[in-house]
Amino acid sequence: METKNAILVKNLSKRFGDFTAVNAITFEVKKGEIFGFLGANGAGKTTAMKMLIGISKPSEGTATVAGFDVKTQSEAVKKSIGYMSQRFTLYDDLTIKENIAFFGGIYGLSNEKIKEKTALLIDELGLHDKASNLVRSLPLGWKQKVAFSVALLHEPKIVFLDEPTGGVDPITRRQFWEMIYREANKGTTIFVTTHYMDEAEYCDRVSIMVEGKIEALDSPKKLKKQFKVDSMNEVFLKLARNIE
Amino acid sequence: MKRFRGFVIKEFYHIFRDKRTLIILFGMPVVQILLFGFAVTNEISNVDIAVLDRSKDSETQKIINTIEASKYFKVTDFIVDEKQIETIFKKGKVKAVLVFENNFSKDIVAKNMANVQIITDATEPNVANSVNTYLTSILQQYQTDLNQRQQIPYQIVPQTRMYYNPELKSVFMFVPGIMTVILMLVSAIMTSISITREKELGTMEILLVSPLKPYQVIVGKVFPYVFLAISNAIIILMLGFFVFKMPIEGSYFLLALETVLFIFSALALGILISTISETQQTAMMASLMGLMLPTILLSGFIFPISSMPLPLQVISNIIPAKWFIILIKGILLKGVGLEVLWKETLVLVAMIVAFIGLSVMKYKTRLE
Ligand SMILES: Nc1ncnc2c1ncn2[C@@H]1O[C@H](COP(=O)(O)OP(=O)(O)OP(=O)(O)O)[C@@H](O)[C@H]1O
Ligand SMILES: [Mg+2]
Repeated sequence: METKNAILVKNLSKRFGDFTAVNAITFEVKKGEIFGFLGANGAGKTTAMKMLIGISKPSEGTATVAGFDVKTQSEAVKKSIGYMSQRFTLYDDLTIKENIAFFGGIYGLSNEKIKEKTALLIDELGLHDKASNLVRSLPLGWKQKVAFSVALLHEPKIVFLDEPTGGVDPITRRQFWEMIYREANKGTTIFVTTHYMDEAEYCDRVSIMVEGKIEALDSPKKLKKQFKVDSMNEVFLKLARNIE
Repeated sequence: MKRFRGFVIKEFYHIFRDKRTLIILFGMPVVQILLFGFAVTNEISNVDIAVLDRSKDSETQKIINTIEASKYFKVTDFIVDEKQIETIFKKGKVKAVLVFENNFSKDIVAKNMANVQIITDATEPNVANSVNTYLTSILQQYQTDLNQRQQIPYQIVPQTRMYYNPELKSVFMFVPGIMTVILMLVSAIMTSISITREKELGTMEILLVSPLKPYQVIVGKVFPYVFLAISNAIIILMLGFFVFKMPIEGSYFLLALETVLFIFSALALGILISTISETQQTAMMASLMGLMLPTILLSGFIFPISSMPLPLQVISNIIPAKWFIILIKGILLKGVGLEVLWKETLVLVAMIVAFIGLSVMKYKTRLE
């Protein structure tokens, strides 16, 4: 099934008991797009993302990722996506090289491919002297960059990044976004959540989620026009105030 | 297969880079076996005893000599007054006092009966018990000899023989017991902790998003512990065999089979625990409370199941360790095979199936 959309979501909901964490959200993400998925703490971003990557069953609604239904074809979905979770998720007690070999291995990459990727990745990140150190010894910013590269090892069509730059200094955040751009230029679709409104400006389009619902969705430029403000930060604040 | 190999290699990195785990895995079995084997024992040797001899005749002297000659006792004090018993016990060295009444020899000849009293310091009940048993048997032996000399009609002389563990060596109880506890520890606790660790760190999510199937993730995580548990079993059996002369009467093949079955049942329990706990802490507590304590207390390792209150006897049936201890004692000491042990073997198999079934169910509901 060949469409223009990488992700297609219709009335997707997730309930935990009486509590509705994600409330009938509908949107689509185009191929090659950088899609920002914004929202305050507890808005339901992570919950929505987990349904899209096939590790949490939707309570209602449908979602198609890379042309596959997340409910019935989650195995196919998993092969087409990369995922970087909100928590740091490389193995601390393994070296960078060992982490790459392990994650490459579980995605079924051949040994030659893993070697080639390892060399490339170490080169790109300038990690020559650190490649055999335990990940534990790296600064957080570096860890996040490595984690991002590891999520891309198997060359997925779509990458899901859950607050990839949380807690990282501004310079490293900048570098991180350069990496994201480079990847997007190769045609990879990027689905990214963030708390930083300056990062929202880097996205092609953003959605803003409030208490489980998507309250606004457009390019940053159009959103600023619609709300008659100068920055995404103000858009965000206006939306939050309207709700209250 | 290649994915699986990568997974196992990574798991071994985790294990071998964590000093604490390593010490628990390999130090503990050795230390425990040696400790239990050498220090914890019901056998006695060279226990100090005192004698209060009111007769001082040839027969009492004969008995005292026999006691002295045994390797179990040393007669260190001769007291003359009953009041001294307390004082001598309070000093703590002497564990028992043997009291001969007046006219011991004469009574034997005249009334065919004489009195002797054994008084033990029961602050250490196990020692007191053993001392009592050993002294009694020495006295009985003396009586038998005496009877042969005097030809008294109608008497019952019980002849006891202890099968399978004639010297009542406690090692024969402890080796199977410790093996059970260690295998439970390595298999259940270590795996449940290592699985929940991935949950806690968030790496489990990454594994579940990968094309690996959940069962592949679990098998990959559990496999190294099968290997470690088996090497532990071998270490323990070797120590038992070479250091403590523990016999292995039955078939090696059956021994290996039952050990692997028990390891699987423990692993299945570990997996079950990891499906219900979110953190390493809970997994650890659940394993210690839910597995280790019952394994130690209710499996028949330390306390005989037949002397437990009925509810505990019933509970002991759902503890894999109980069945494994029966199996392994049967194989090691009695040398019996499947023709006798098939029932216990089936119980273990059924438990494995049940625990895995439960884990799969728990796992499924968690995803909803
Ligand atoms: N397994 C769960 N059971 C019950 N409630 C849950 C569960 N997971 C998430 N929630 C609730 O759902 C709501 C949304 O959580 P979610 O993690 O999706 O928010 P988020 O937008 O990612 O927030 P943050 O920016 O803090 O990461 C929260 O109120 C959270 O407490
Ligand atoms: Mg989140």
